[in-house]
Amino acid sequence: MDILRFSTAGSVDDGKSTFIGRLLYDTGNIYTDHLAKIKKGDKLSLAVLTDGLQAEQEQGITIDVAYRYFQSKKRRFILADSPGHERYTRNMATAASTADATVVLIDAEKGITTQTKRHSCIASLLAVPRLVVAINKMDLVNFSESRFFELEAEFTKFAEKLSFKDVAVIPISALEGDNVADKSKRTPWYEGKTVLSYLEEIHLIADKNSIDARFPVQVVLREGTKRFFGGSVVSGGFSVGDEVTILPSLETSRIKSIIKTDGKAIDRASVSSLVNFTLEDERDISRGDMIVRSHNRPHAVSECEAMLIWFDEKPLSLNREYFVFHTTKQTRGIVRELSYLLDITNLKRKNADTLGLNDIGRVSLELARPIFVDPYDRNRGTGSFILVDVETNQTAAAGLIIERFSEKDRKEEIIRKQGHVATNITESKGEVSRVDRESRLGYKAKTFWLTGLSGSGKSTVSVALERELFDGGRLVYRLDGDNLRHGLNRDLGFSDADRGENIRRTAEASKLLNDAGVTVICSLISPFEKDRKMAREIIGNENFCEIYVATPLSVCEERDPKGLYKKARAGEITGFTGISAPYEEPKNPDVRIDTSTETLSESVGKIKQIF
Amino acid sequence: MSLLDELEAESIYIIREAFSQFQRPTILYSVGKDSSVVVHLARKAFYPMPLPFPLLHVDTGFDFPEMYDFRDWFVDKIGAKLLVYRNEEAISKNANPFDLGTFNCCDLLRTKALVNALKHFEVDAAIGGARREEEKSRAKERVFSFRDSFGQWEPKNQRPEPWNLYNGRIKKGEGVRVFPLSNWTELDIWSYIERENIPIVPLYYAAEREVIVRGDLLIPAVQTRSGNGLLPGEKVEKLMIRYRTLGCSPCTGAVRSTATTLKEIVAEMMETTISERSTRVIDHDQEGSMEKKKREGYF
Repeated sequence: MDILRFSTAGSVDDGKSTFIGRLLYDTGNIYTDHLAKIKKGDKLSLAVLTDGLQAEQEQGITIDVAYRYFQSKKRRFILADSPGHERYTRNMATAASTADATVVLIDAEKGITTQTKRHSCIASLLAVPRLVVAINKMDLVNFSESRFFELEAEFTKFAEKLSFKDVAVIPISALEGDNVADKSKRTPWYEGKTVLSYLEEIHLIADKNSIDARFPVQVVLREGTKRFFGGSVVSGGFSVGDEVTILPSLETSRIKSIIKTDGKAIDRASVSSLVNFTLEDERDISRGDMIVRSHNRPHAVSECEAMLIWFDEKPLSLNREYFVFHTTKQTRGIVRELSYLLDITNLKRKNADTLGLNDIGRVSLELARPIFVDPYDRNRGTGSFILVDVETNQTAAAGLIIERFSEKDRKEEIIRKQGHVATNITESKGEVSRVDRESRLGYKAKTFWLTGLSGSGKSTVSVALERELFDGGRLVYRLDGDNLRHGLNRDLGFSDADRGENIRRTAEASKLLNDAGVTVICSLISPFEKDRKMAREIIGNENFCEIYVATPLSVCEERDPKGLYKKARAGEITGFTGISAPYEEPKNPDVRIDTSTETLSESVGKIKQIF
Repeated sequence: MSLLDELEAESIYIIREAFSQFQRPTILYSVGKDSSVVVHLARKAFYPMPLPFPLLHVDTGFDFPEMYDFRDWFVDKIGAKLLVYRNEEAISKNANPFDLGTFNCCDLLRTKALVNALKHFEVDAAIGGARREEEKSRAKERVFSFRDSFGQWEPKNQRPEPWNLYNGRIKKGEGVRVFPLSNWTELDIWSYIERENIPIVPLYYAAEREVIVRGDLLIPAVQTRSGNGLLPGEKVEKLMIRYRTLGCSPCTGAVRSTATTLKEIVAEMMETTISERSTRVIDHDQEGSMEKKKREGYF
């Protein structure tokens, strides 16, 4: 028998308490002395079973995460139950943080509500692998097949922008017991599983990260001169004899033995197991260090991008210190920038000055000491952290690391991989300067950086602009994102980190061309503010012109010149900007053009004006 | 991973966090089965090193004699350091549940005594064997449960605990109760005791013992300073019984049982249809009494 953790959220109206009561009751997990309290005549008031603290009972609401334990013949279940109202986003997030699955309830009469959406989005954000959508109160709609499929279609459409491995939509009546634990005879048109059998049959190992071997050292134990490094295997696995690297020292060694807490030696420790390691060589290791397999290391970052879910009544203070708890490591950090606030019910972004209780926002975090991270959506263990208020000690926020690392860390990463140190490289200075070249040519070379969605008209505008500038007597060269991906950038994909590297290389190439006296027109989607900022820094503020091709998404999608939107909508392409990946609009572009309302020559004319 | 391995790994992780994040962590040792499991897990957590923190027994003076015998034998066997604390002031005034009522007596001899004991020994992290499954108000309890400088628990002022990132930062005088068995059920405890062969007080095994039958309850017949605890019409009977949970002898109910081995106890637990705490007299005081006690600092 193993353990499945799942979360639920919802309000009294959804019938959530009745649903949980039903699940406990039908699996035989209610003691008779508790049962006596809920029997009113021949009716069961199942909801009473899960009511919480007295204060909450009086208010008629549940205000915190309550944990329930029950078991079926196949599996132990730990249910983290939280209220569904917006005011309890932090509770929902806490409940979802360790969940293998989330169950959302939809009232078949009322349909999909904001609360349903909020809860699904939070579960998706916290990387819960599986979602069960229970369409409840089917008894009130006479087990209507058409009503069920209508709601299923509506939900499926909404869930396209979420990142679950699997979504199961199940018609139930918690009150009368249909399709909760027992298959209903009243839904002959439904061929799927009951809620219980779905939860029983989830293959848990498949949902865990078994690739990236990570072992944060929790304690160092000593026996004579022998030292044992104790901790949990957060992801991946380790075998005796594996070559390992210790972070942050970067020293290497081999695993000599793996010992269980009862003193028995084993050959291999897999994900989630708690063991002690000994190493072949004497190494100085303490709590908060991380042992990893040498050929697969996490990123050591001193700056990172993260989504924060704000937990504290006291709002976020930018540029002020917080404690950062990450795996077994504690350090301090400062939130330097708040990029946007996320409306969790529709995934829209808003500008904001701060984050208040239950707000979710994207930030840049600077750390006093490096932490060793993987992106949260790849690794919950090394991708998560909490912020703790240094004055009150309150847990202020939960953080999820986003796969995009700063320029400084990227450079250090490259140095680490290549094994040499950048300070050994000295610049070779030539006799001909940029100014010399510019005075011969009679003008200054610039870079025009066109950013916008796929299909917004970047390439078309670039081509026309190149022609006009060339005809006007300038040396000009076009760097097109797609073209570069055939050569210079052909080793890069579309992950956040690769997108960042794509921009970095393009910006470096532009800088060289500018230096050579050539004006450059770059057309890249470049969806992230931070990457464009990096490009500006590389190229130089005085040479960089940001042009926002602001053609609306709907128009771009209608044009769909490469058929990519269609594929993205069908789920064939993931991480597609505008559909399944974000586009951060430039806040202060030098020029803004819109090819859906302007002619080509109007757009080109606007750009030429900034000369 | 098996159920017990997974629970064990989580508990040891929590105990190691308590050890790493606090200055003076201490195990609250009630001599009961859950305490025995906590001590066993703590020993495993630091093996091959000796247990790095002491056990604290808050003694009401009303524990069963078998419990005191077991405590002394066990502590000696594992070579642990034992701290004992009693509310001597209340005990000298003859505090007892018959005169004061269970609620008031508990308040003096357990709750106040515990809060004072933690202050006295300067304990900043008290590691206890409470489980969320035991009782409604515990279902929302944190793993690191924050207590203010008066030892009080405020349900609205608890820190969220996402993932397994436990925040143990406190100011001087404040404390944390640490609950490594949060996710265990009573059946898990018994299965684990059987698997690991953990010693427990003999009262958990069935034997013929003298009890008073009162309604659904079987109350141990014990002689106290204020009498024999019999109500009019009641008499002492000798029955085959055992205890599912142990506390003060006047306030702990027994169950009829023939289980004399761990295997038989586990088999009995799998069949049982009544909850563990229904055998504790104290919960019959009033609805929500546990929550009240917790607010005031009870374990």
